[in-house]
Amino acid sequence: MLIKKPQDLRESDVTPKELYVRRREFMAAAGVTAAAVATGGFGLVGDGEVSAQNPNAQKLTNLKKSPFSTDEKQNSYKDVTTYNNFYEFGLDKADPSKYASTLRTRPWSVVVDGQCGKPGTYNIEDIMKYAPLEERIYRHRCVEAWSIVVPWVGYSLSEFVKRFEPTSKAKYVVFKTLVDPKQMPGQTEPALNWPYVEGLRMDEAMHPLAMLGLGLYGEVLPNQNGAPIRLVIPWKYGFKSIKSIVRVSFSETEPLNTWKQQQASEYGFYANVNPQVDHPRWSQGSERRLGEFFRRKTLMFNGYGDQVASLYNGMDLRKFY
Amino acid sequence: MTANNWRRWVFKPIVWILCLAPLALLVYDGFTDNLTANPIEKITNTTGIWTLRLIVATLAITPLRWATGLNKLINYRRVIGLFAFFYGTIHFTVFFFLDHQFDFGAMWTDVLKRPYIAAGFAAFVLMIPLAITSTTGWIRRLGGRNWNLLHKLIYITALSAVLHYYLKVKLDGSYPVYYGIGVVFLLGFRAWRHFAKRAASEV
Repeated sequence: MLIKKPQDLRESDVTPKELYVRRREFMAAAGVTAAAVATGGFGLVGDGEVSAQNPNAQKLTNLKKSPFSTDEKQNSYKDVTTYNNFYEFGLDKADPSKYASTLRTRPWSVVVDGQCGKPGTYNIEDIMKYAPLEERIYRHRCVEAWSIVVPWVGYSLSEFVKRFEPTSKAKYVVFKTLVDPKQMPGQTEPALNWPYVEGLRMDEAMHPLAMLGLGLYGEVLPNQNGAPIRLVIPWKYGFKSIKSIVRVSFSETEPLNTWKQQQASEYGFYANVNPQVDHPRWSQGSERRLGEFFRRKTLMFNGYGDQVASLYNGMDLRKFY
Repeated sequence: MTANNWRRWVFKPIVWILCLAPLALLVYDGFTDNLTANPIEKITNTTGIWTLRLIVATLAITPLRWATGLNKLINYRRVIGLFAFFYGTIHFTVFFFLDHQFDFGAMWTDVLKRPYIAAGFAAFVLMIPLAITSTTGWIRRLGGRNWNLLHKLIYITALSAVLHYYLKVKLDGSYPVYYGIGVVFLLGFRAWRHFAKRAASEV
């Protein structure tokens, strides 16, 4: 408990990196008890470190604060960047951080097509300037019943979508991830049907909470977190927040997203966080927040119900899971 | 050195060290901050898989004796079985404590509702009488025949454990299937021998 920081810790309060790197020496020198080392070492208390740790990453500055941000304790940079489901780089959660260095994020472009006025190929450097960058601290809930709190950088997905002038026929937006087994070694195995596909109903995509993710912890996205461009849809299970997007299509029909292809009885199109609708094999009623000892209750729409519940008025969420 | 001394000072310690190595590695990883961002999951998965591996190891001993004639292997079955129970107990306790805060009612609801938890729970509970009656005293009290019959429960434990593993996996079920094939092979070997023996005695 010696290393636990107060809940209201802000990024600016974070220990300078020099000190942070040497903190284990300090602790050793101070003769910290074995018990305290054990608890800290076992990562069950959480270090409370929220500063970015990649000195080579491009910094994203002048970030607007967002009213959507939670004041819950953020997970450490290490948690967020070493515990990833990104099967393009392997099935183990440590695989993306080990193998994603082969991904080349520059040059990068996104093809836009389908029911819209401005189809074309758009450059990532331009996309990053479509709207002022904001920092949004969101809860992120995986369908596997663990969760983290992440300070994302990006802007509302609606700002991105509007640029391409979707027509009245555009009912859904479909996103696809890069396919290139040379850059994404996990794609040499048919673990999932590549490319990874996700989609949102147009009104979901236009909701101000839906975010185009371009960075985290004040830096451009690390490769393992879906660089250089991804979705962040905080009220849905993590698999909806598709990573490393290369194609955006406006569609009249609902796309068959990857996990629904994989097992439609377990993973649906909507995938809203819903503690009342269990996964057929495990409970969605509670979750393990990384860094916490006990499970916590899962909140309807991951706690964003006030903002998004009206999108689903009149829908049977047991049927449209 | 006599055979007894070899067993006592060499083979038994080797078995102990091998069985304790996974736990030692977990503790080491804990102290060096290598249990991933989700240490509880890592501890749960590691103790779970080692429970299953040691169950398979105990099941392998009898067929290995038949196949190799190394009857002394039987001397190590009890200790391996008890280590399987040891890892199973850690695995179960993490679940019971961290998921349910030792609330028996909440845990029982989970058992009844989730097939994968039911399978894991059955596998664990059926090991308890085996662990209790693992002593020489209990073998004597029950008599060899009854004791043998009781300890056939390990077959159900092994199959339930594999089912538990299979139902939990999200995408790639191949490892649970490999373990399943292993268990079925080891049990099938027994069945085959049982019927072969009976057929022989009827001649």
